[in-house]
Amino acid sequence: MKSNRKVGIVGWGVYVPKWRIRSEELARGWGREWKRYAAGIMVEEKSVPGLDEDTFTIAYEASLNALRRARIDPSKLRAVYVGTESKPYAVKTTATILAEALGAGGPKRLTTGADYEFACKAGTEAVQSVIGLVGSGMIDYGLAVGADTAQGAPGDALEYTASAGGAAYILGPAENSIAVIEASLSYVTDTPDFWRRQHEHYPAHTRAFTGEPAYFKHIMSAARELMSLMGTGPNDYDYAIFHQPNGKFPLRVGTRLGFTPDKIKPGLITPYIGNTYSGSALVGLAAVLDQAKPGQRILLVSFGSGAGSDAFHIEVRDGIEAVQDLAPKTMDYVSRKEYIDYAIYARFRRMIKMLHDFSGY
Amino acid sequence: MTYIIGTGILKVGDHWEKSLRNLAAEASILAIEDAGGVSVDYVIVANSLSGVVNGQENLGSYVVSRLNLKGVPALKVEAANASGAAAAIVANSLIKSGDAKRVLVIGVEKMTDYTSLEDSNAALSTLMDSEYEAFHGATLDSLHALLMREYLRKYQVKREDFSYFPILMHENAVDTPHAQYRFKIDLDAYISSPLVAEPISMMDVPSPSDGAAAIVLSEKNEGPNGSVKISSFGQATDRISLYDRKSLLEMPSIRMAFNRAVSKLNNFKPDFYIIGEYSSVMGYIATEELGLAERGKAYKLFMDGEAKRSGPTPINPEGGSKARGDPIGATGVYQLAEAYLQLTGRAQGWQVNGARRALVLSIGGVGCNSVVHLVEGV
Amino acid sequence: MWAYWLSVPAHWRELPARYRLEGGLCRSCGHTMLPKGEVCPICGSKDIVTKQLPRRGKVISYSVIWNAPRGYEYYTPYIVALIELEDGTRLMSQLTDVETSQVTEGMEVEMVLRKVRVSGESGIIAYAYKFRPLLKK
Repeated sequence: MKSNRKVGIVGWGVYVPKWRIRSEELARGWGREWKRYAAGIMVEEKSVPGLDEDTFTIAYEASLNALRRARIDPSKLRAVYVGTESKPYAVKTTATILAEALGAGGPKRLTTGADYEFACKAGTEAVQSVIGLVGSGMIDYGLAVGADTAQGAPGDALEYTASAGGAAYILGPAENSIAVIEASLSYVTDTPDFWRRQHEHYPAHTRAFTGEPAYFKHIMSAARELMSLMGTGPNDYDYAIFHQPNGKFPLRVGTRLGFTPDKIKPGLITPYIGNTYSGSALVGLAAVLDQAKPGQRILLVSFGSGAGSDAFHIEVRDGIEAVQDLAPKTMDYVSRKEYIDYAIYARFRRMIKMLHDFSGY
Repeated sequence: MTYIIGTGILKVGDHWEKSLRNLAAEASILAIEDAGGVSVDYVIVANSLSGVVNGQENLGSYVVSRLNLKGVPALKVEAANASGAAAAIVANSLIKSGDAKRVLVIGVEKMTDYTSLEDSNAALSTLMDSEYEAFHGATLDSLHALLMREYLRKYQVKREDFSYFPILMHENAVDTPHAQYRFKIDLDAYISSPLVAEPISMMDVPSPSDGAAAIVLSEKNEGPNGSVKISSFGQATDRISLYDRKSLLEMPSIRMAFNRAVSKLNNFKPDFYIIGEYSSVMGYIATEELGLAERGKAYKLFMDGEAKRSGPTPINPEGGSKARGDPIGATGVYQLAEAYLQLTGRAQGWQVNGARRALVLSIGGVGCNSVVHLVEGV
Repeated sequence: MWAYWLSVPAHWRELPARYRLEGGLCRSCGHTMLPKGEVCPICGSKDIVTKQLPRRGKVISYSVIWNAPRGYEYYTPYIVALIELEDGTRLMSQLTDVETSQVTEGMEVEMVLRKVRVSGESGIIAYAYKFRPLLKK
């Protein structure tokens, strides 16, 4: 998909909570030895949201960082889309809270926006929509956020990786941007590899079925299709960023597509903070933008269960180096950490209840 | 001139079998009897938390309904912990204006119907700024904690220097029949007490309690068991929120109330002081605002024994908020009742010998509504 | 009772202050305040306009709450502090993302938005300002 008016990234920002729990501590909570699982998952520790944090608070700080780099007044934002699978409210759009907190749309509040759900690719879906709005000329600047405080079922394999964090992207006219989104496309099928029914606290998943028929098929299809459209191959890109549910899959899918590990690793953040779900690929992209140089090319392919992939061809422009330091970088948040044990983790994640608890969740 | 001519006091503590109405009635009946079975023209109810804790407002009618006082005008006066003192001011005005000959002032509070500390804390949070202090999770104890931390930093006193205050309070309360806690405490007990809102510990602040104290005010010096005159009073406010204060260590409302009270008289030298302190640090700050000690040095009065009942500057001979107890809206009436009993020589066991004059300071909120009464025996 | 159920209108009308630190500026004497008032407490002027207050400040005093009020139980212990912003405005707020032992009087802090009060399982979430030590100097 290509837009009539070229669209680019004007500003980006991330937020990751400071709390961490090591994978071996999670294993210990269930009487397991982490070393038996380590190689298969390749995640050392994951981020845990504090008691007073949620998807909105994460989206807010990521968006503030994006605004710092974009250097535009928040009143210029005419669209706010938040992609998440851990909405603070099942019904009440996080995007409105975010718009109010940022002052988007100015005093007249003329913004469009809503929350998106598409498992881990809700954030890149938000990006697709904003590309459309900016690319059609309907608006000049829009904000797309992917953020989650993912629900890892206690004792389940996903408990090691379901973490918290998010990334925000302000898109605008390409001539005002630091990286142009030359093209994008989405590949979507009905593949129920992972889901959460409405009143359930935790998602269900299908273990091996989430691999080949889901993650690999959709990422590879979308990536190949986009490269065919653009007439490019793996050698034409400096970075390949994929959805990163663990530390292994992105390297495996990247290799199968023909990318070398040195192009995949800069955008692979999950080993340090876990899988931020709707933030996953977008946090990886932010880590790359934090260090990218003008002229470099990025392939970004997300994956959301259910299932689908969004692929983006991004070219970095002059001007990126002037804004990289205007806000905390991804690695600043990654390296800001404090460890907790399983007991505190259970309390932070509200797995244990007080008797009379009026400070609800 | 207005006189206190009789009183009825109930023990401060847990009155499980008594409701707000029972407490109010009992103390009122005792006070009226003590005053000679007289008739009253007005009833003023001092209370702060009846709405939030007991789901009961309209206290004027509520209390009058329990007494044989048909058609007698009544109202509730609220000024946080200074409600009792404020009620006395209103009563005083009614008498001085001639609109009433006698007024019953009944202070009553029933906090223990909230059995959880969380609920008591929420109730007490109504005394601060609800939207910009309480909303952020502050408790009344935590506001006093901010004062204590600043006091420690500025005056470089030791944390243990706050112990002298509650230790003396408890010592005094042993002899006070109506006190909530009638046992001594020592430095160990103080240091090891659980933290409530760091650095404030349980020994620095009162526990929730029930209480009822009533006094009868009259235009005549006619108390069959003694009378005490209200020679003067002064009241002053400060801004409710701590973030609006110039200093956390000065309470100008106390100083202003004091000056307003003494300026109406020539040379009033109190023989003792009853200060409604709520916390140990406020006890020290109030002592300093009343000019009894230099800033940062109030602890010496309590450490050296000057503030003892038998000392040169007796402070809280009945045990203060900490040990006698602080049933918020009722406390101000307790204080005046205690001054009355002292000055009529009826405080057996807890008497300040030869006392003729007293200064009663009631402090509403964290020093934002202060009342000083100057009372004298006749 | 209000301690169990957070009033929606009461929170909603404070959103400009709680989300964006919008306070008041007295145009007669320059005094800044949160919340914006009708009358300047310093000079008595009624010429008060909205002012976007600065996001940075320092800790004046603080307390760690061990006995929480109803509605804040799960968060205990937490820290409340008196904060002075860069323009002199003072306010009360929680501190977050910091250990008690790391807090000092005079410590520089910056505003973040966090959950302050959640009204049970079915009521609204009240987000508002909190302050944390500076992420980056």
